[in-house]
Amino acid sequence: MKRRTLLATAALGLGLAFGGAANAQGMDKVKACFVYVGPIGDLGWTYQHHQGALELVETYGDKVEIAWQENVPEGADAERVLTQMALSGCNIIFTTSFGFMDATNTVAGKFPDIKFEHATGYKRDHANVSTYNARFYEGRAIQGHIAGKMTKTNKIGYIASFPIPEVIMGINSYFLHARKVNPDVELSVVWAFTWFDPAKEADAAKALIDQGVDVIASHTDSTAPLAEAAKTNGAVIGFGQASDMADYKPSPRVSSIIDNWAPYYVKRVGELLDGTYAQTDSWAGIPEGEVEIGEITDAVPADVKAEAEAMRDAIAAGTYHPFTGPINKQDGTPWLAEGQVAPDGDLLGMTFFIEGITGDIPQ
Amino acid sequence: MFGGIDPALLIAALIVASVPIILAAIGELVVERAGVLNLGVEGMMIMGAVCGFITAVSTGSAFLGFVGGALGGAVLSLVFGVLTQFLLANQVATGLALTLFGLGLSSLIGQSYVGIKPPLTDAVPLGPFADIPFFGRVLFSHDWVVYLSVASVAAVWWVLRATRMGLILRAVGESHDAAHALGYKVRRIRMLAILFGGAMAGLGGAYISLVRVPQWTDGITAGAGWIALAIVVFASWRPWRALVGAYLFGGITVLQLNLQAAGSRIPVEYLSSAPYLITILVLVIMSSGRGKAALNAPASLGQNFHASR
Repeated sequence: MKRRTLLATAALGLGLAFGGAANAQGMDKVKACFVYVGPIGDLGWTYQHHQGALELVETYGDKVEIAWQENVPEGADAERVLTQMALSGCNIIFTTSFGFMDATNTVAGKFPDIKFEHATGYKRDHANVSTYNARFYEGRAIQGHIAGKMTKTNKIGYIASFPIPEVIMGINSYFLHARKVNPDVELSVVWAFTWFDPAKEADAAKALIDQGVDVIASHTDSTAPLAEAAKTNGAVIGFGQASDMADYKPSPRVSSIIDNWAPYYVKRVGELLDGTYAQTDSWAGIPEGEVEIGEITDAVPADVKAEAEAMRDAIAAGTYHPFTGPINKQDGTPWLAEGQVAPDGDLLGMTFFIEGITGDIPQ
Repeated sequence: MFGGIDPALLIAALIVASVPIILAAIGELVVERAGVLNLGVEGMMIMGAVCGFITAVSTGSAFLGFVGGALGGAVLSLVFGVLTQFLLANQVATGLALTLFGLGLSSLIGQSYVGIKPPLTDAVPLGPFADIPFFGRVLFSHDWVVYLSVASVAAVWWVLRATRMGLILRAVGESHDAAHALGYKVRRIRMLAILFGGAMAGLGGAYISLVRVPQWTDGITAGAGWIALAIVVFASWRPWRALVGAYLFGGITVLQLNLQAAGSRIPVEYLSSAPYLITILVLVIMSSGRGKAALNAPASLGQNFHASR
C-alpha cells in the first residue's frame, strides 16, 4: 500500500512536470493544511475557516487528512510555517489571511507540486497558486440598511482593521446603504490596525459609543465589540462578523455575516481527489451560499427585517448588485453612472471612499 | 483638536483602560526591586485572565473570579520562582519561557469556556458622589478594581519608602550578598516578591477577561504584559511614575481611538503610533532628571543568588 502511494505520488509528480497545471490522475489521499492568522477560539474569522476544514473530514473521511497552525503572524514567520507544511507532506495548503499573500507566492514558487490557495488576495504568481474570496460587501449592504433604519443618533460606526480593498469596500457598502434609507446618517470609522486584539477592539467600540454612535459594525475577528455594546443595555446594537456570534442574540447582535467556507474547501479538495483541479480565482457570495446572513432578531422592527430579507433575496437571485450607480467617489468625481454595476476589478482594487464619508484612508 | 470629545468620558475611559497595566506593572516593580527580573508578565497575566474567568463563571461571583485570577498568576510565578531561586536557572530565559508556557496553557484550559459571558462587575455605589458634575463621572463611577489599582500603587510606595519590610526588600535587590550577611533570607524574600508579582499580574489579566472584554478568547491579553514591563523600566522603578506611565499610555490609546471616532483630521498613522512614542518620550524626559542616579535600577537586578560565601 505504501509503495503504491509512493508510486502514485511519483506518477503525479511526473504528470505535473510534463502535463502542466492540470493533473489528469486523481489522488488516493489528500493532506490539506491550513494556516490561520488568529486562534480557532476567536469565534469569528479563524473559527469559520476551521469549521470548513472540519467539514472536509466529515465529507471525505479517511481520504483526507487535515493539519493546521494557529496564530501565525503575517510576515516572515508565515514563510517558515508554509515551508514547514510543504515539507511535511501537505498536498494543498490554504492560507487564510490577506497578509499571507507574498509568503504564499514565494513558497509556492519553491514547491510547484503542491497546491496553494490564498484567501482574500489577488496575486497568483505561479500556476499552483489559486485565490478565493467571499463577497462580504453583499452582507455589508444588508447591515447598512439595518443600521440606517435603526440608528437614533444618526451616527453609525465601523471598526476597521487594515486599509485594504476588502475592508474599504465593506465600509463603502455599509455606508451607501445606510445613507440610502437615512440621508442624515454619519459614519465614523476607527482603524484598529489589528485583526485580533480583544482589548483594543473593545476600546475602539467604547470610543465610538462615547462619541454617540449607536450602531457598530466591525471588521475585526473577535466578539469584543459586541461585548462592549452589550454593556449599554440595548442602547447600542452591532452585528456578528465572520461568524454568527449567536451568544449575543437578540441584542446587541441583531444580525450577522457568516463566512461559510466549507462548500469551497470541499469542492477544491474533491477536485484534487478526482483529478479535475485547476488554478482558479474564486469570488462567491450570497448566491453561492459562501456568505450567509445570520438570523435578524426581534430587536429589529418587522418591516425593517422584511426589507433587509428582501434585499438579501434580491442579491441571491442576482437581480440586485450592492454597488449600482450613480455613485460618486469621496472627492465628488463620478465612479459609476446611473444603472451601472461596479466591475469586479474596481472592487478588488478599491482604495477610495465613496461620497459622503468623512475622513481619509490611511496609506 | 478636542472637538466633540467629552473630557469626562475620556478620562473615565482612560482610567479603566489602564487598570490591567497598572496592576501588572506595580507587581513587577516589587519583583524587580527585590532584584529579580521576571519577563513572564504576559504569561502570568493570561493565566490570571483564564483562571479568573473560569472561577467567576463556575462560582457566579466576579469577586471570587478576581481571587482565582490572582491565584492563577501566583501559581505560575511559583514555577518561575522555583526554577530561578532554587535551581538557579537564567532569569531572562525562564521568564520568556514562562510567557510562552502561560499562553499555551491558558489556551488549553480555556477551550471549553469560549463564548460564555461572565458575571458582571458593577460600579461601586458611592451614592451622592456619583452625581457630582464632571468629577462624579471621572472619579466616582468605577468598579472596585479601579480603586484597588490606585490603592495598590499607594501601598507599594508607602511600604517601599517607609517600612522596615520595604527596606529589607530594597536591600535584597541592591546587594543580595550584603543582605545575606546581615542574616536576611534572600531566597524567601525573593520568592514572596515573585508570588506578589504573579498575583498582581493575574489580577490585571482577570480585569481584562472579566471587565474590559467580558469574555474569554485565546490570546486575550495581546501584549499588555510587555507594556507593563516597559513601563516599570521607564518609570525608573518608582510606583507613582509607573502609575503616570500607565495612565499616559492608556490615555493616549483611548484618546487616539476617540479622535478617530470623532472624525479628527490628524492622519491615523500618527494617532496609532502616538501611545508608544509619547509614553517613551515623556518617561525618558522624566528619568533623565538627575544624572545616572535617577535611573535607580536595583544593583542586583537579574542576578541569581547562591549562599556560597
